[in-house]
Amino acid sequence: MKVTVHIERRPEIADPEGTAISRSLVDLGYGDVHSVRTGRTLHLEVEGDDAETVKKLVDEMCQRLLANPVIEDYRIEVEG
Amino acid sequence: MSRIAVVVFPGSNCELDVQWALRSLGAEAELVWHRQTDLADFDGVVLPGGFAHGDYLRTGAIARFSPVMSAVTRMAEEGRPVVGICNGFQILCEAHLLPGALIANRDLRFICRPVEVEIVDTGTVLTASVEPGTVVTLPLNSYEGQHTDPSGTARVVARYVEDVNGSQDRAAAIANEAGNVVGIMPHPERSSEEILGSDDGRLLLESLVAATDRIPA
Repeated sequence: MKVTVHIERRPEIADPEGTAISRSLVDLGYGDVHSVRTGRTLHLEVEGDDAETVKKLVDEMCQRLLANPVIEDYRIEVEG
Repeated sequence: MSRIAVVVFPGSNCELDVQWALRSLGAEAELVWHRQTDLADFDGVVLPGGFAHGDYLRTGAIARFSPVMSAVTRMAEEGRPVVGICNGFQILCEAHLLPGALIANRDLRFICRPVEVEIVDTGTVLTASVEPGTVVTLPLNSYEGQHTDPSGTARVVARYVEDVNGSQDRAAAIANEAGNVVGIMPHPERSSEEILGSDDGRLLLESLVAATDRIPA
């Protein structure tokens, strides 16, 4: 099954890269931009038939390795 | 005599400097490959700087699952000295042996210069021989050097005199509650001899050697 994991910093954690991109957009004339937050998207292919089981497994992967729960949130999408 | 393990991950690059500096202080320092699972012969361990496992995913994220880390965790739990320098600090945070995480420097610059650091907590294995309030100059060499700690539980051991990278509480080094696990972002081993421009780092490494000595002086 195809699984997508979206990982981003928790809102209260600084994102210096997002801040730099945001400033650059404003410099380019996009003054309507208030903020930019960066993240990371991972695309996994995982063996399995049951979406719930696969999601649970990927959740475990996020807790252990893919995300750092100390500073990041994540969202998992399983493609039926 | 202290016997200290210096762990070598694929991508570590400060292990020889650490070994050299510890040996110059009279310790036995042995390089240990990251696949080794037993550190029972050692009185302490240093995770040196570099780019373990290419810094892929997040700095330290993959290194924390290297086989040696189970033994490092055991050492930490037993109260033996565990010190992470730069990338080693990042690995200790990822391994949850220290609170918080290290993220990109506030100004998105790789900082490579000597910085002044004030030792504010002398109750740890890396600072026990230092007078409180001592200011040392140590080379900083990092991009992901900004320590952030949402839990607010980090025990700050050393503070940057100037806010160089946005670290919470200006932390340059932190410790666990017991003081036997310490992470430091600047490099004491790179300022351990006059020929390097400063030997301020010796003060810290001397504490580590004393803390790992089997026959306390």
